[in-house]
Amino acid sequence: MIRAAPASAGLLAGEARAAALARLVRALELVLVPAAALLLAAGLFALFLLALGRSPGQFFELVWRGAFASFFSWQNTLQRAAPLILAALCVALPARAGLLVIGGEGALVLGGFTAAAIAIPFLGLLPAPLLLLLMALVATATGAAWIGFAGWLRQARGVNETIATLLLTYIAIATMNFFVEGPLRDPASANKPSTLPIGRETMIGPIPGTEVHWGLAAGLFACFAAWILATRTTTGFALSVVGGNARAALAQGLPVGRLVLLATGLGGAAAGLAGFFEVAAIHGQANASLAAGYGFTAILVSFLARHHPLAIPPVAILFGGLAAAGGLVQRRMGLPDATMLVLQGILFVTLLAAETLRGRLPLSGLAGTSGGSPAR
Amino acid sequence: MSESELAIVLGAMVGGAIRVSTPFLFVALGEMLTERGGRINLGLEGILVLGAMGAYAVSYHTGSPWLGVAAAAGCGLALGLLHGLLCSLPRVNDIAIGIALMMLGTGLAFFFGKPYIQPTAERLPSIPLGGWIEDPRLARALEVNPLFLLGVLLAVFLYWALGRTRPGLVLRVTGDSTAAARALGIPVTPVRVLATAIGGAMAGIGGAFLSLYYPGSWNEGLSSGQGLMAVALVIFARWHPLRCLWAALLFGAAGAIGPALQSIGISQGYYFFNAAPYVLTLLVMIASARSGRARIDAPGELALVR
Repeated sequence: MIRAAPASAGLLAGEARAAALARLVRALELVLVPAAALLLAAGLFALFLLALGRSPGQFFELVWRGAFASFFSWQNTLQRAAPLILAALCVALPARAGLLVIGGEGALVLGGFTAAAIAIPFLGLLPAPLLLLLMALVATATGAAWIGFAGWLRQARGVNETIATLLLTYIAIATMNFFVEGPLRDPASANKPSTLPIGRETMIGPIPGTEVHWGLAAGLFACFAAWILATRTTTGFALSVVGGNARAALAQGLPVGRLVLLATGLGGAAAGLAGFFEVAAIHGQANASLAAGYGFTAILVSFLARHHPLAIPPVAILFGGLAAAGGLVQRRMGLPDATMLVLQGILFVTLLAAETLRGRLPLSGLAGTSGGSPAR
Repeated sequence: MSESELAIVLGAMVGGAIRVSTPFLFVALGEMLTERGGRINLGLEGILVLGAMGAYAVSYHTGSPWLGVAAAAGCGLALGLLHGLLCSLPRVNDIAIGIALMMLGTGLAFFFGKPYIQPTAERLPSIPLGGWIEDPRLARALEVNPLFLLGVLLAVFLYWALGRTRPGLVLRVTGDSTAAARALGIPVTPVRVLATAIGGAMAGIGGAFLSLYYPGSWNEGLSSGQGLMAVALVIFARWHPLRCLWAALLFGAAGAIGPALQSIGISQGYYFFNAAPYVLTLLVMIASARSGRARIDAPGELALVR
C-alpha cells in the first residue's frame, strides 16, 4: 500500500508525458505533412514551368507579390477567399454528420439569384439596409432549403446526398439561367443576360478602411459559430455521434433526422449567403458569373481543412491568394490565365494525396493511432 | 405545326439526340466501368475537356482526326490511371481526388489549348444514313458520326464482356465485394486501377467527339458538364452497359429538344429541357433508393449508393 502510491503516481506522470508527446507529434504532423505536400506541389509546378522554358523563381515571386506582399494584394486575396470560406462550410457542417455534400455551388447560385430576384419589386421602395437584410434572409433560406432538401431525401428516402446535391447544382444553374434569360431578364443586358441591377446605392460597401466586402467578416463569423456549434454544444456532439455511427446514434435516441436536416440546412444557408454577397457586393445583379466554380473549389478547401471550421479560413485564403495573383502572373509573364488552374489542380492533388501519410510518418508511432476525419 | 415541320422537328431530334448523346455514351460507359470496380471518378469532366483539347491539337498537327481520337484516349488513360493510383492510397477520398483532377485536367487543357482556339483541325467524317431522303434538311439531320457507331459497339461489347468473360466476372466480383475478391485471389487494387484507367480512356474519346465532330472546334466553353453528368447517367442506367446506351440517347434527346424547337422558332423553356435529365435522374433515385432491385444492380462496394 505504502509503496504502491508513488509507483502509480510515477505511472500517471509517465502517461501524462506520453499524452503530451502524442499531442506534440500530432501537431507536428498537422503542419509537416501539408507543408511537405505544398513543397512537393511547388516543385512539380516548377518542373512544369521549366519544361516550358519559364522561370519558376519569377513565377513564385509574382504569386507572392500578387497575393500577400502588400495591403492591396491582401485585400484582393481576402475578397476572393470570402465566398470560399462560406461555401466550404456547406461541406464541413454536413461532414460532421457523416454526409458528403458537393452541391454548394447550386446553393450559392440559387441564393444569389433569389437575392437579386426578391430585390427587384422593392427597388426604390425599401431603404437599402432593409432591402439588403431581406435579400440576405431570402438567400440563406433558399440555400438552407436547397441543401436541406438533399438532407431530407437522405433521411426520408435513403437517397445518396453526394449525387443528389450534384444533380441539384445543375438544376439550380438551369433554373437561374431560365429566369435570367427569360422572365427576369433586364432588357438593357444585351451581351450577358442578367437581372435588373440593384444599383450602386443599394449594394453593400466595403469593410471600412479596406476594399474587402463584408462577406469576409460574415465568413469568419460563420466559421467561428460553426466551431462553437460543433465542439462546444451538445448539438454538435450529437452531430459527431451521428457522423461516427448513425445506427448507434439512433440507438441512443438521438433525433438523427433532425440533426441531419440541421447540418445540411446550416451548410446550405452558408453557401446561400455566399451567393448573396456575390450579388450584393460584387456583381450587383444575378447572371452566369455567379456559377464561377467557388462551390467546387470550396469542396476541396473543406477537405484540406479536414472539415474543421477554424482551419477553413487559412486554407481559403491560400487559394484566394492564388486566384488574386492570377492577373499579375498573366500580365507580367504572358502566361495564360489557366496557369493558376493548373497550379491549383496540382496543389489539390498533392495535398489530398498527402492525407495518406497521416498517422504513418516514422514519428507517428509515438502518437498512437490518430482519429480519422468524420466524412467518409 | 404542319406535317413537314413535324418531320423536320422529329428528324432534328433524332439526329440531334444521336449527336448530343455520343459524348454522354462514352463518359457513361467509362464511368460505368469504373464504378463496376467499386470506385467513383468525378474527374471525368477534366478528362473530357483534356481529351477534347488533345484530340484537336493532334488532329491539327497530323491532319488525321483518328490519331486525335487515339491521343484523347491516351490523355484519358493517363488521368484515369493517376486517379486510380492515388485512390489506392489509404485515407485518400476518391470524390475529392476526382474534383481535384477535374480542375487539373481542365487547367491543363485550357493552358495548352490557347493556341488551338483559332486554327481549324481536320474533323471526323460523317456517315450519311439519310442519303436517300430528298429534303436536304432532313437528310442532314440523319448524318451519323462514326464515333456513335463505335460507342454502340463498345456498349454491346461491354455487355458481353461483363456478363460472359473472365475479366468481366473478375471486375464484377471486385466491385461487389472486396472480401470475396480477395478470397478468390483477385488482385483487388490493380483491377480497380485498371478499370479506372480504361474508363478514363473512354471518357477521353467522348472529349474527342466534342472537338472533332460536334460542335467540332476547340474552345474553353466546349463541355457543358457532360463529364459530371456521367455519374447521374450511370445511376440512371443502373450500371448496365446497354441501359447506358438508352440513357445516353434519352439524355441526348432531352438536350436536343431545345435546339430542335428553336429550328422552327420556339425558343422558350430551353433551359428546362437542359435540366430535364438531372430532374429525371433525381426522380429515379428517389423512386428506387429503397427498392431492392436498385440494390441488386448497384456494385456492393460502391459507397455512393448505400
